[in-house]
Amino acid sequence: MATETLLSVDRLVKRFGGLTATDNVTLDVRRGEIHAIIGPNGAGKTTLVAQLAGELAPNGGTIAFAGRDVTPLRVDARARLGIARSYQITSVFRGFTALDNVALAVQAQDGHSFRFWRPARGEAALREPARAILERVGLAARVDAKVSALAHGEQRQLEIAMALATRPRLLLLDEPMAGMGKEESERLTRLLAKLKGEETMLLVEHDMDVVFALADRISVLVYGRVIATGTPAEIRADAAVRAAYLGDGDA
Amino acid sequence: MAALLFLEQTLNGLQLGVTLFLMAAGLTLVFGIMNMVNLAHGSLYMVGAFLTATFAQWTGSFVLAVPLAVAGTFVVGLAVETLALRTLYARDHLDQVLATFGLILFFNELVKIVWGPVAIFVDIPAFLAGRVELIPGAPYPVYRLVVLGVGLAVALGLWWLIARTRVGMLIRAGASNREMIGALGVDIKRLYTLVFALGAALAALAGAMAGPLYVVEIGMGDSMLIKTFVVIVIGGIGSIRGAFVAAIIVGVVDTFGRIVPAQLGLPTAIAEMAIYILMAAVLFWKPAGLFAARA
Amino acid sequence: MNADRRTWFVIVLLALLAALPLVAVATGQDYQIGQFRRILIFAIAAVSLDLILGYGGMVCFGHAAFFGIGAYVVAILNWHAGREVPLVGDWMGTNNVLVTWPAAILVSGGIAALIALISLRTTGIYFIMITLAFAQMIYFFFVSLRAYGGDDGLRFDGDTVAFGLIDTQDDMAFYYLVFAVLCAVLYGGRRLVNSRFGMVVQGCRENERRMKALGFPTTRYKLAAFAIAGATAGLAGALFAAHESYISPSIMHWTRSGDLIVMVVLGGMGTLVGPVVGALAFLFLEKTLPDYTEHWMVVFGPILLLLVLFARRGIFGWFGPKDDGGGNGH
Repeated sequence: MATETLLSVDRLVKRFGGLTATDNVTLDVRRGEIHAIIGPNGAGKTTLVAQLAGELAPNGGTIAFAGRDVTPLRVDARARLGIARSYQITSVFRGFTALDNVALAVQAQDGHSFRFWRPARGEAALREPARAILERVGLAARVDAKVSALAHGEQRQLEIAMALATRPRLLLLDEPMAGMGKEESERLTRLLAKLKGEETMLLVEHDMDVVFALADRISVLVYGRVIATGTPAEIRADAAVRAAYLGDGDA
Repeated sequence: MAALLFLEQTLNGLQLGVTLFLMAAGLTLVFGIMNMVNLAHGSLYMVGAFLTATFAQWTGSFVLAVPLAVAGTFVVGLAVETLALRTLYARDHLDQVLATFGLILFFNELVKIVWGPVAIFVDIPAFLAGRVELIPGAPYPVYRLVVLGVGLAVALGLWWLIARTRVGMLIRAGASNREMIGALGVDIKRLYTLVFALGAALAALAGAMAGPLYVVEIGMGDSMLIKTFVVIVIGGIGSIRGAFVAAIIVGVVDTFGRIVPAQLGLPTAIAEMAIYILMAAVLFWKPAGLFAARA
Repeated sequence: MNADRRTWFVIVLLALLAALPLVAVATGQDYQIGQFRRILIFAIAAVSLDLILGYGGMVCFGHAAFFGIGAYVVAILNWHAGREVPLVGDWMGTNNVLVTWPAAILVSGGIAALIALISLRTTGIYFIMITLAFAQMIYFFFVSLRAYGGDDGLRFDGDTVAFGLIDTQDDMAFYYLVFAVLCAVLYGGRRLVNSRFGMVVQGCRENERRMKALGFPTTRYKLAAFAIAGATAGLAGALFAAHESYISPSIMHWTRSGDLIVMVVLGGMGTLVGPVVGALAFLFLEKTLPDYTEHWMVVFGPILLLLVLFARRGIFGWFGPKDDGGGNGH
């Protein structure tokens, strides 16, 4: 099994005035693994994801993707390199159907879009892969539904679908289970389990069951610092982690 | 002599600058705190000028007319805010643009109905009508110096209000983080109304003092409005300090922009375009303005 | 189904517009044809604005400037040809529409691209104000062009012959030419908004942050949309100049830009056909309200406010499905 490092974060720092939201974070994500980030509220998880995606510029440190320094790159440039992101608060195209949404994601990676004449909704090159992905995430029955008509759980599935549609090399999943009920959560967990090994993921999650079921490795973020990194078993046994997080009966 | 011309134009530029500041201060607060595009701000300038003309006629005193007009426009501002604009805070910018555009049309016509279509000329009060020699051999209109002085005094007063009072603190907080002040339990509605009416009063003061310098006519606020937009864009939305610095810069550039091209033999087209070219240049370098208040 | 209602509306509308001059002639009101033509020309300008406003979500408050630029390009070229005054070198301009109209399109589109290049560095309130300020700059530019009349306007010989066939002085013929252009713009616009490019533009309106996260370099697409819209407005301006034989900078005064926005929203933004309806309604009101009172603006202002508060989807928008995202491609 290749243990090539896909994402390498080195001493990342982000300050907001007097507050240090990201405090010398160093971690890496290996190809094919699911690397989970856990931590109490306010630990700076979303800030970290935002910096990895390119929406927020760090004050210090570097981010390397497949050996290449991507720290100065903007969001869309990183996305074209293969970093895809799903949002904690659903961020899709509400006026379109589910199929339109995913087709647009497919279109993003299908060359330039300076095509002015052919109807995009009629292009099999976009629609077929989109349908396939929607089926993969379990939304085959809802392809033609407008986003506003989808249930919350279905919208979260759409979030994942859009990230997958760009054929990414790395998935940044920011609390994909956010706001989901138990059944929906289990369904999504099964999906992610199916993708395990095929897709490389950095998974930010609150739900401990999900994390321990899916993750190959876990990093624990507390007040912007990584206090431990290891396999689920190692993390469960780590004293510092217990004290700071698990032991306090959180999540 | 060129140096005297330079001095005179600099003073003119500063005087235009403080007039623009009076306009920009209120507008930048409305933009920054209420996140609302208000195209009708120029109309308040116009109303202030017209009211001044009328009150001056009634009372026979220009000096008395100005505060009366400012108070009157303050009330108009209150009315407009509570009756028409409140509903727009939650709306998107396009809605605000359309609605306040409608207000401009409304006010322009209303003024025409009340005052008639003919422009009004307001005389500079006799005791301010002379010239004074700041530098021997260089007489400069007293009235313009007074306008400059009043403008600076108001700027100082505004600074004190914003930096040293509780209301000012709320305004500053609101300009950089709107959601926060709601969370602090402040009566948002009243704060918004106050900010709007304050802006209206400042605009009215600008209009009142501008009357004798330019002519009081329908639509006089519109061109002033766009210059004010340029000031705010350059200064940064929500920032009073930015509004002041930018207003002075724009006032001076606009004033010099009118005479320099002729002196240098360049086409006079550059004159009117000067401040817009300046704005484009600033934006290219700092898209959020020089002193952007928001993070 | 709502799609049928809308389709019928469009068919009826276009048929009506096609029949208009014939009705005018039949009722002895030939002189009205010029008015209708003017409405169609503004309709084209409004449709072009809808592309960036309704579909792209970019509130541009300077669109009349591109209309004006297109008009002035044609007017200036015609003026030189008519007076036989050299424009550049020995070339004395031309009144051949095969040259003047493409020139108008290229110049206005080019300037739109330049303005977008700077303006798109900003968003929200800044963007609105910057487009307004640039439009003012262009307005003042033309006001200061003494050589071409400046504030007084430019009178030129509009005696052009379009494509060697149509005499622009022939009211009916020119009306149908403009009508054909409107239909072409509507059809082309429809293909555009449903194409891959159109999807990107709409996506930018819906959720630009996500578009970037998907990998789209959004700025260049918005810029292209802006340029296309500006070029089309320039075409409308060219048609206007051919029609009028006299133009002045007042056609690109910033309040004209406001009028265009009103037309788009009043008619129904994000629909392409809506702005045509909006132009009709707006210009109709502008013509008839003054008959009731000289001070009709006092009423029109509050009407706008009410429109914004209660009838946001506009006239044509009313015909559509309830939760139309505003541009699902009619």
